[in-house]
Amino acid sequence: MSVLRRGAPERDPIARPVDFVDQRLGAAPVLKKTLSYVFPDHWSFLLGEIALYAFVMLIATGTYLALFFVPSHSATVYHGSFAPLQGTSGTEAYMSTVRISFDVPAGLLIRQAHHWAANIFIAAILIHLMRVFWTGAFRKPRELNWLIGVTMLMLAIVEGFAGYSLPDDLLSGMGLAIAYAVALSLPLIGGQLATLLFDGRYPGGEDFWPRLFIAHVFIFPMVIGALIAVHLAIIMRQHHAQFPGPGRRERNVVGTPLWPGYALRSLGWFAMVAGVIMLLGGLIQINPIFQWGPYETWRSTNGAQPDWFLGWLIGGLRLMPAFEPRFGGQTWIPNPFFGGALFPLICFGTLYLWPWFEQRFLTRDFRRHDLLDRPRDNPLRTAIGAGFFAWVFIVFAAGAADRLLVSAGISYIGQVWFFRIAAIVGPFIVGRITYKICAELRDTGRHPLRGFSGRRVERAPTDGYATVSESVGDREPAARPPDRASAAGTAPGEPSRTRTGDLR
Amino acid sequence: MNLLGRLLALWAIWRRVLRGDPQPLAEDPDPRERELPESERAELLAAIGLLASAGLAIAFIVLYVVYPNTPLLGATAGLSLVSLAFALMFASVRVVPQVTEVEERSLLDHGEQEHREIADEVRAGGEGISRRGLLVGAGAVCGGCVGAAALVPVASLGPRIGGRLASSPWRAGRLLVDEDDRPITADRLAVGGLVTAFPQGADKSDLGASVVVVRVDPGDLRPSPRRRGWSPRGYVAYSKICTHAGCAVSEFRSPESPTTTASGPALVCPCHYSTFDVTRGAKVVFGPAGRPLPQLPLRIDARGRLRAAGGLSDKPGPAWWGEGGPRA
Amino acid sequence: MRRRLATRALAALGVLCLALGTVAMTVARPDASHAQPPADPRHGRDLFVGGCSSCHGLDARGIPHRGPNLRGVGALSADFYLRTGRMPLAHPDDEPIRAHSVYSAADQADMVAYIGGFGGPAIPSVNAAAGNVAEGKQLFTDNCAGCHQVVGQGGIVTPNAIAPSLENEVQPVDVAEAVRIGPYVMPVFSDRQLTRSQVDDLARYVQHIQDLPNDGGWGIGNIGPIPEGLVLWGLGIGVLVLVARIVGERTTS
Repeated sequence: MSVLRRGAPERDPIARPVDFVDQRLGAAPVLKKTLSYVFPDHWSFLLGEIALYAFVMLIATGTYLALFFVPSHSATVYHGSFAPLQGTSGTEAYMSTVRISFDVPAGLLIRQAHHWAANIFIAAILIHLMRVFWTGAFRKPRELNWLIGVTMLMLAIVEGFAGYSLPDDLLSGMGLAIAYAVALSLPLIGGQLATLLFDGRYPGGEDFWPRLFIAHVFIFPMVIGALIAVHLAIIMRQHHAQFPGPGRRERNVVGTPLWPGYALRSLGWFAMVAGVIMLLGGLIQINPIFQWGPYETWRSTNGAQPDWFLGWLIGGLRLMPAFEPRFGGQTWIPNPFFGGALFPLICFGTLYLWPWFEQRFLTRDFRRHDLLDRPRDNPLRTAIGAGFFAWVFIVFAAGAADRLLVSAGISYIGQVWFFRIAAIVGPFIVGRITYKICAELRDTGRHPLRGFSGRRVERAPTDGYATVSESVGDREPAARPPDRASAAGTAPGEPSRTRTGDLR
Repeated sequence: MNLLGRLLALWAIWRRVLRGDPQPLAEDPDPRERELPESERAELLAAIGLLASAGLAIAFIVLYVVYPNTPLLGATAGLSLVSLAFALMFASVRVVPQVTEVEERSLLDHGEQEHREIADEVRAGGEGISRRGLLVGAGAVCGGCVGAAALVPVASLGPRIGGRLASSPWRAGRLLVDEDDRPITADRLAVGGLVTAFPQGADKSDLGASVVVVRVDPGDLRPSPRRRGWSPRGYVAYSKICTHAGCAVSEFRSPESPTTTASGPALVCPCHYSTFDVTRGAKVVFGPAGRPLPQLPLRIDARGRLRAAGGLSDKPGPAWWGEGGPRA
Repeated sequence: MRRRLATRALAALGVLCLALGTVAMTVARPDASHAQPPADPRHGRDLFVGGCSSCHGLDARGIPHRGPNLRGVGALSADFYLRTGRMPLAHPDDEPIRAHSVYSAADQADMVAYIGGFGGPAIPSVNAAAGNVAEGKQLFTDNCAGCHQVVGQGGIVTPNAIAPSLENEVQPVDVAEAVRIGPYVMPVFSDRQLTRSQVDDLARYVQHIQDLPNDGGWGIGNIGPIPEGLVLWGLGIGVLVLVARIVGERTTS
């Protein structure tokens, strides 16, 4: 190589930018490693990405909305194009949201896409959490990421609540009052905490609305964004966990390299999530605040509900009996504490502590795990998880009980008692059934949907093993133990039988 | 061979059951592979997907300028992205080389030796220091105090609560007005009617301001001895802010006649269905509320308008720790 | 050729006139009071004795624990309950619910005339078209939304009363009558609490919510987060998980 060519720019069009970056940042090894980074293949590993891409959509749509929204609680009168609010007085926050909905082209689309994206974000975190839980992916060395993930779930829920409270409409205003009451109900610190959060007594002081806005558009997104970055960095450092299979060991990762397959697939998945969000945002109405009207502390409506990710709390608040202990002329524990604060504390506390609880008391397994469990491989964990989620779900369902009455004519009081009992008994029933199913699946080696898949072997009288029957999925041939003469098995296509001989 | 086979099998079982590390019994195939789909049809389909996405994106732009109808905008934008998604994901499985690779995981645990060396190095930083305990203790105290000083300005965010949480603008003699600031006269409500009222001139958003005035048959009232005379001509007033969690109590169960229903007149909160008996001082008859609604004593002045005959009987709204119980 | 064309044109014109005429006749409903004979209170009394007296007494003064006194409730009340099919009621404890009336319009008019003969408010006149929808929305939110929900989707009152949805079949005159009566456990709104012009506004708002322009797309019931959550899990996440299953594993091993 001549001296003149050294340092001169590359000719190859793809090598040129690589050359540029490497000459200035020494990035060649990083680029090489990134291109060949291996992602294990399983559909359930795409769930966390849904949350990631929904977050990107939230930032994009949210930035747009923040350019039009007015975070002020000052009173104003509406004189826009929407007739049912003509001449109505409300806050600047509310009216600016109405303006976004009707007077900004594509404003309603972006607003609704933002709200749908928030719902998808939290739902995706939840199913991703469930996948991580039921496959034991939170075990060492991934406990840190579990903690980060649970924290992000909590932050996402609070952020979502703050977001739909900003427009100051009738439904969200009622929700804010309840949040105030729950903050107030915390023993010892409740009064101070509530007035600190709301800048005074509800409905809040002058600074409350701008602070809520800054929390929602800056503080929370920053923290969640930083946690996402750490979450991904840890994943890359530790490498993904994977399901057991051919060639898959604790010490390796088998799958698709980032380039070209996984990059395209991820990009496509991003477009898919974004597409679903935009379709929902345009075609299905969400949070029509222009129909609810502006909030006042003396207004309320029947059928008011929080968004689904807080539905478990309204269930808790409704199911709790009127227990409000008072001693010495003072209230010690206001009632909203139990359903609104203690219940989520127990739930999140359980989630946070689970990896250590399982390690210390259930499995006593302190080794590093990079191969995932199938849910059936640890029936106790799967069953406890199923029972826990069933408990939360039953309370969640109780929160929507009144509409059941409206449509089916069932007494509200009867529903409350039904759900109180179901919330106590249900989780145990679900847990027990789950345990039995897992144990049986594990013992028989059957796939929950496809049935038995594999070879049944019998020890031959002289040496080794002889195949008794072979099956793929649910086309299991006769499984009765053969006699010596027919040790080679029966032909496929015959009606299959279970172990007890029943026709499947 | 038999014995060895048995030992191997036993070892495999031991590993599987006790150590939970599944090992397939058969020989492991090498999972590495590289397959080139080489399908012109697939490439064409991917290209069509991309172009369809482009077309829909153009449609979105046109609609935005000409007719920004929300469902149409959403449909074009969404379908454009979905089309792009299918093109990309389809290409990822049918166009580009299909590669399965194996990568070794990085070592995470560098071993006890390393950890101890690091610990020793940290400890070596304190070599020769005789008053280590004193320094560490002083450092901890300093850290705690400086940390507290850094957090203290947070208190500026909130005002001192003092008596603010319990306050209400109602005083004896204050005139009741409705949302449009018109005084409420004694012929305003029929028996079974309700209206929301505020003290004249007060901030209506104040939790202690809004009351719900209902009119019941005077014969149905069962007030406590101290509250006799609080309900002239069957008019009864209670704070509208639910003592459970702060929603406005906006439902009034008002039976049309004695035969209508066994349940008497009551105020019901639509949030969690706390039910308050208006004939007995808003006593809680159902639901999670822990205290009755505070009652406002009423009187009718010379011009037939409703006025407060005193302040609220209790602190309005939801309770907090240390807050006193009902007075009257 | 020209004559055939002319004939066809005339025939088409004739058909058009016939069609327009039919449409005009169906749209412009003839005034009931002109087209139907005057109500007969005595026939109304006979019907009353036959179908209502078991709870309301032969003299309409009511029977304790069964039915209230109807003397003085006026034609307003009778018209509401009969026309909306809420009466007759199978059991005194039941909640009266809108149903198809068992009486014909003429019979209803007779019974209304009979009850109206005892005095009390007449059937109100209401003009929804003259109402202001924004005023109506405010009034509805402040007085009705607690039970009926802010866009009239209905609600409940403990222990088990249903405040009905106002979506279908509710006429402006139903609104005007209901607020004055306070049927079942509904509060009563006198004309000092809600003036006639305010009732017009309310009726206009009820018409508005019966034909809600859902600008954001499919309204999914207009009751907020519950159907939104169902759509999220069924359509949003459901579809995404389905697609994930399809694309997530490119080959089966």
